[in-house]
Amino acid sequence: MQTNETKKAGASSFFGRLLRKQVMIPLAALLILFLFNLIMDPSFFKIELGYNSAGNPVLSGFLITILDSGSELAILAIGMTLVTAATGGQDISVGATTAIAGSVLLRVLCGTNSRPETLQAPIIVAFLAACVVAMLFGAFNGVLVAVFKIQPMIATLILYTAGRSIAAWINNNELPVVSDETLTYFGEFIPGIPIPTPFFIAVACMIVIGLVLKFTNLRLYTQAVGINENSSRLNGLNPVFIKILSFVILGLCVAVVGLIKVSRISTINYSVIAKDIEMDAILAVALGGNALSGGKFNMTASIIGAYVIQCLTTTLYKFQVRSDALPAYKAVVVIVLVIVSAPVVREKFNAFMAKRKVKEAA
Amino acid sequence: MKRKLVSALVCAAMVATVLAGCGNSSNTASTDTAATEETATDDAAAEDTAAEDTAAEDTAASGDLIKVGIINNDPNESGYRTANDADMKAMFTEENGYDASFAYSLKNDEQITAAQKFIQDGVDYLLLSAADTAGWDSVLMDAQAAGTRVILFDRTIDADPSLYEASIVSDMEAEGQTAVDWLAGQGLDEYNIIHIQGVMGSAAQQGRTGALNAMVEENDNWNLVTQQTAEWNAEKAQQIVQSVIDSGQDFNVIYAENDDMAKGAVAALDKANISHGVDGDVIIMGFDTNTWALEELLAGNWNYDGQCNPYQASYIDEVIKTIESGGTIEEKTIIMEEKGFDAETITQEDIDTYGI
Repeated sequence: MQTNETKKAGASSFFGRLLRKQVMIPLAALLILFLFNLIMDPSFFKIELGYNSAGNPVLSGFLITILDSGSELAILAIGMTLVTAATGGQDISVGATTAIAGSVLLRVLCGTNSRPETLQAPIIVAFLAACVVAMLFGAFNGVLVAVFKIQPMIATLILYTAGRSIAAWINNNELPVVSDETLTYFGEFIPGIPIPTPFFIAVACMIVIGLVLKFTNLRLYTQAVGINENSSRLNGLNPVFIKILSFVILGLCVAVVGLIKVSRISTINYSVIAKDIEMDAILAVALGGNALSGGKFNMTASIIGAYVIQCLTTTLYKFQVRSDALPAYKAVVVIVLVIVSAPVVREKFNAFMAKRKVKEAA
Repeated sequence: MKRKLVSALVCAAMVATVLAGCGNSSNTASTDTAATEETATDDAAAEDTAAEDTAAEDTAASGDLIKVGIINNDPNESGYRTANDADMKAMFTEENGYDASFAYSLKNDEQITAAQKFIQDGVDYLLLSAADTAGWDSVLMDAQAAGTRVILFDRTIDADPSLYEASIVSDMEAEGQTAVDWLAGQGLDEYNIIHIQGVMGSAAQQGRTGALNAMVEENDNWNLVTQQTAEWNAEKAQQIVQSVIDSGQDFNVIYAENDDMAKGAVAALDKANISHGVDGDVIIMGFDTNTWALEELLAGNWNYDGQCNPYQASYIDEVIKTIESGGTIEEKTIIMEEKGFDAETITQEDIDTYGI
């Protein structure tokens, strides 16, 4: 009897610790989705090796589709997590700036001719140009937020509304189409490698941010600024710089996403490219259990959150749920999350647990 | 704190104007924004009140020009809109006897505000491509009272026909019907269709969906494998088709309601090595006749592309000329001629003529 009880207590404390881990929130969501699919139709987990029309080996299956299509969101979630942590607000212009980055990329690749036979510049040059432009726009947002102290959502509203028009201006309102095959490598497959390239790009981004967080003070400084700006300044940090830096890093993420998006279809449609992705990126941060009011953050949880969203999307497509109803499902997820993480609910929950403990002890 | 906030807001506003200004100066030739148009008309108004003599001269000098106010959707919306806007800009010039002002918005209320402004400015004709069908009655009554004649193009509105002179539109139902008739003419034993729709509720979506839905209901050998909206978005279309391929369902037709979505669908097919186009396993259908899409047809990668004619300016010009010369418009609703292109018969000449 005695041993049994201690065992029970040990197990419950282990699970308690596990449950308290932030990473558990998106993982649990992912698990629920996987369970649902396993019960409804196990073919969800089938992965096949086939060949694409160019004769290259490619893996296909729902899981691969999730890894492939979720890449952009995972990359954006990295930058969005930092911005959220540092400023306590979100950047809602990432979709529009993705359009700008993609437009710059195509502009450099195509030159003045919107239908070039050959590329006018190496892809790496075009990509670097897109990075510089996207980081500049990120810095613009950052300056508005950090220096002029405008609410992040209001500050980024400027580019949210103007961004797609700017993207169209960059290419004189033309819709360039690139016929060169090397561009498609970034959004589809590199010949001979059966795993979609966007996944590799996303993993590369994760490794880079992982190393940066491990070997620099970025995490500490960002959290310090997010938790209390004044005390961090008194401790010798420069909150303005840290905030702008977080927006610039997000700009870099946006440029990478622009490359993938443009590469997927070798062209661009300014009004629909990466549409509403900002909401998904913010949702990924929220799903990761990060406080949207800034401060401490967990990067891994945000990235898993991004894949959870893609998993939800793919699942709904699989079951042929009307895709215009999709935002409604996401809304349900958001509502549940927000309510669960609300201080009022937490307090009630803690009080309830404490009461139970007291009763058990008695 | 409050002062700080105000100063911050002012800065934001300044930055925004600078931003808009930069964009315009770099691109005055191709895109004017509503903002510049407004300042231009504002300037004109200021001139009028400041110096009445010169204003009188002005009106005498520009007396021959017909003043038109053109309200359109944002030219960045799509290739169709870009072509449409360019066509309007090319037609309503001073050389052709017009003094034209433009206003762009995808929002109905902003369009209504712009319309009221044009009416106050005393334009002779108000050309309107409304973002939404509802809410236009009172503005159009104002226009009638002010003697401004209204011509609708591209989109119709829910208002009494007596409030406007003419309506020049595409018949989306006919577009859908032409496409579905073409598909029926292919004589397949069984039609398993992936239907990728545009933004739900838009006229193009309703027209193009309606014809297909009717056909599927009437015939047992026409099946919809899936019917989803990709909201004109190539990537969403790609994901939808990908999910059908991943779940192993058979299909032999992709009916996409615009070219972008057809392109996304084809990307998914290429990934799974499913042949498409002429002599392929899957028939690819698109709409809007983008030049690049027609080239896909010519190359045999796609099978069909339906036209949605963006060139209404010449029709409008004709209507205005008729009214100005004292004639009457017999048919209020003018439906434009629209074609469907088949990959087997399309020529380079067609691409040059009809590509947008």
